[in-house]
Amino acid sequence: MRLSQVGHTRPGIPPRQLFAQDKPRDLHRRYQVGYLWQVIFLASTIAGFIALSALLYNIINQSFGYVAIQNEVEPGSLAADGIALVDLPKETLVEVLQQNISAGLFRRLERDQPFNQRSREDVYVLIIERVVKPRIVKTWTLVDSIFHRREILAELAEKQLGARLQFRSWLHPRLLTSPQSSIPLQAGVRTAILGSLWTIAITVLFAFPLGVGAAIYLEEYATDNLINRLIQTNISNLAGVPSIIYGILGLAVFVRTLEPIMSGTFLGLSDPTSANGRTILSAGLTLGLLVLPLIIINSQEAIRAVPQTLRQASYGLGATRWQTVWYHVLPNAIPGILTGSILSISRAFGETAPMVVVGASTFITFDPTTPFSKFTTLPIQIYQWTSRPQAEFRNLAAATIIVLLILLLSLNAWAIFFRNRFSRKFV
Amino acid sequence: MQRQFEQIPSALQKRWRINEAVLQSILVLCGLFSIFTTVLIVFELGKESMLFFRSEDVSLIEFFTGTRWQPQIAEFGILPLVNATLMTTIIAVLIALPLGMGVAIYLSEYASERARKIIKPALELLAGIPTVVYGYFALTFMTPFLRSIFGQGVVEIYNTASAGIVMGILILPLISSMSEDALNAVPRSLREAAYGLGATRLETALQVVVPAALSGIAAAVIVGLSRAIGETMIVAIAAGAGPNFTLNPFKAAETMTGHIVRISGGDLSYASIDYNSIFAIGLLLFFLTLSLNLINQRIVRRFREVYE
Repeated sequence: MRLSQVGHTRPGIPPRQLFAQDKPRDLHRRYQVGYLWQVIFLASTIAGFIALSALLYNIINQSFGYVAIQNEVEPGSLAADGIALVDLPKETLVEVLQQNISAGLFRRLERDQPFNQRSREDVYVLIIERVVKPRIVKTWTLVDSIFHRREILAELAEKQLGARLQFRSWLHPRLLTSPQSSIPLQAGVRTAILGSLWTIAITVLFAFPLGVGAAIYLEEYATDNLINRLIQTNISNLAGVPSIIYGILGLAVFVRTLEPIMSGTFLGLSDPTSANGRTILSAGLTLGLLVLPLIIINSQEAIRAVPQTLRQASYGLGATRWQTVWYHVLPNAIPGILTGSILSISRAFGETAPMVVVGASTFITFDPTTPFSKFTTLPIQIYQWTSRPQAEFRNLAAATIIVLLILLLSLNAWAIFFRNRFSRKFV
Repeated sequence: MQRQFEQIPSALQKRWRINEAVLQSILVLCGLFSIFTTVLIVFELGKESMLFFRSEDVSLIEFFTGTRWQPQIAEFGILPLVNATLMTTIIAVLIALPLGMGVAIYLSEYASERARKIIKPALELLAGIPTVVYGYFALTFMTPFLRSIFGQGVVEIYNTASAGIVMGILILPLISSMSEDALNAVPRSLREAAYGLGATRLETALQVVVPAALSGIAAAVIVGLSRAIGETMIVAIAAGAGPNFTLNPFKAAETMTGHIVRISGGDLSYASIDYNSIFAIGLLLFFLTLSLNLINQRIVRRFREVYE
């Protein structure tokens, strides 16, 4: 019997010329074709890795490199009594500031916040901003800075005489500690990190109990009837809804309809900085709705993995349903629930689109203090800096991406830790 | 038997416990909350869309057939936005489908168990990166790359090709990972039967394993499609601002999601038609992805081949 006829006996495979020819020369050709395709499959896997490496390379390449900086006033000329500007005490710094800016501006700054209440660091930043006024003329990428150093120096010597070349790591401690600023050299992501943490805290408080509750209901209580099947289908559909739809929902429900609650006016907390319900609370709840189906699905899987024998033993001893859930199912499912929830939360951490729609502020310089504050988040900051045309903001965005990725990686590390530390094997 | 039950002391009989009942109703409410969310989505999107379509500047026919979206002069034809969404999505799938299939087949049929255990999570790392990072990558890497290949004059700074390619990279791990699961679920016996008939490894993979896993692969592609349609940040950053009805992938064009982000980014007045229009676009987007999800569930349920 020829091989091709064997196909007829299995209904799943249509009768076609499967492995028809078995002459030795054809066999050789078939192996060659097989080998060729194996190379193609391997190449596509490698292509995936190249994409990943290109992404990382691009970000690192933009985060470090030479910058050419021009100062309006050299900091050296501002030194008093032979002490460099950086080391001057606060009182002297205030004097330096007063001497170098117009009286009107000084009065305005005094009115914003009296100088005796400002910190030394704050005054120093003011001097840099208002007097020294460093301006970035041009920035180079890391690869250019390493391999084309001579060309960069030549270009600089040719064109900008006043500019000073400095190797700059855009990722540095000041990035984390200083607030947002319109001057790229000063700008930091402190407000954005705090905003992200506040938002995620609200998200967790809202979505975690609700999600785990729903998962317990679906796995332990629900019978197989129409409503419960509807809930289950609905959850998997919700998990596939694009995140921007949740943003629109948040805009309509939290920001607009529930504005008095979301901006805290119902508590008499009319925070003058909070704008029309576009607050941390609105954003956190919106993200909560977004991750809820993910948390439910993950928790369900964790609960389902608890062996049935445990429940039967508990019921057999006369425990009620809730006692069984609380003392036996949940303690065994909790590592899985935590792992799944942390992964869902890390998805929320990187969400940008719904935050833009709900109305994250693009430019705020003060820290959020209550859930009713205006806010910005790390991804929003990246988006905002990326959309600016100046190259130096792209560098800032790249450094911020590294911060974001490190935060996400550590979140995921926690998830893996929970899975390995507390997972029990049932034999 | 009846006797014995009657003799059970009342303390041991099942009692109605108030705290059990309260806890159970709380859990039921948690379960019902997801239904509430869906109702809320449909209600809010529907309500504002109604306001949008009731406005005298807008007609349903014009909305679905008009080729210009210019709110300033009361032109609301959604085709340019849909067109751009389709273009980025198609480019993304053209990139991700062949590559994803290649990766999936390599991992499931060729790679050693050890290599698979390393490569798969590493590729899934790609899926965990926030999309705004992909947007950054598209604008600062892919666009200059395309411009250096095709020429500065041909490729605009914002273009759908760059956004689509990067979107393809985004959904690549999704498609490859789900397809690999499907291929892996095909029982060994099928492969061994094919080998026994003298099939080469490639013939086994392409003519036996892939057809057997086709429903899972189709589901993976649909999930990828729905993800690409709803994807926002990549197109918002790299595809351009401003609706543009063009089939040239090197020209800037705004997608549905990109438009929503741009319009709602500023301080939007609740009374404006712009505000209502994002709900109409959102509703269309919602139904598009919802139908894809439903098709997906149907495929998984109907065409799943069960092997014993």
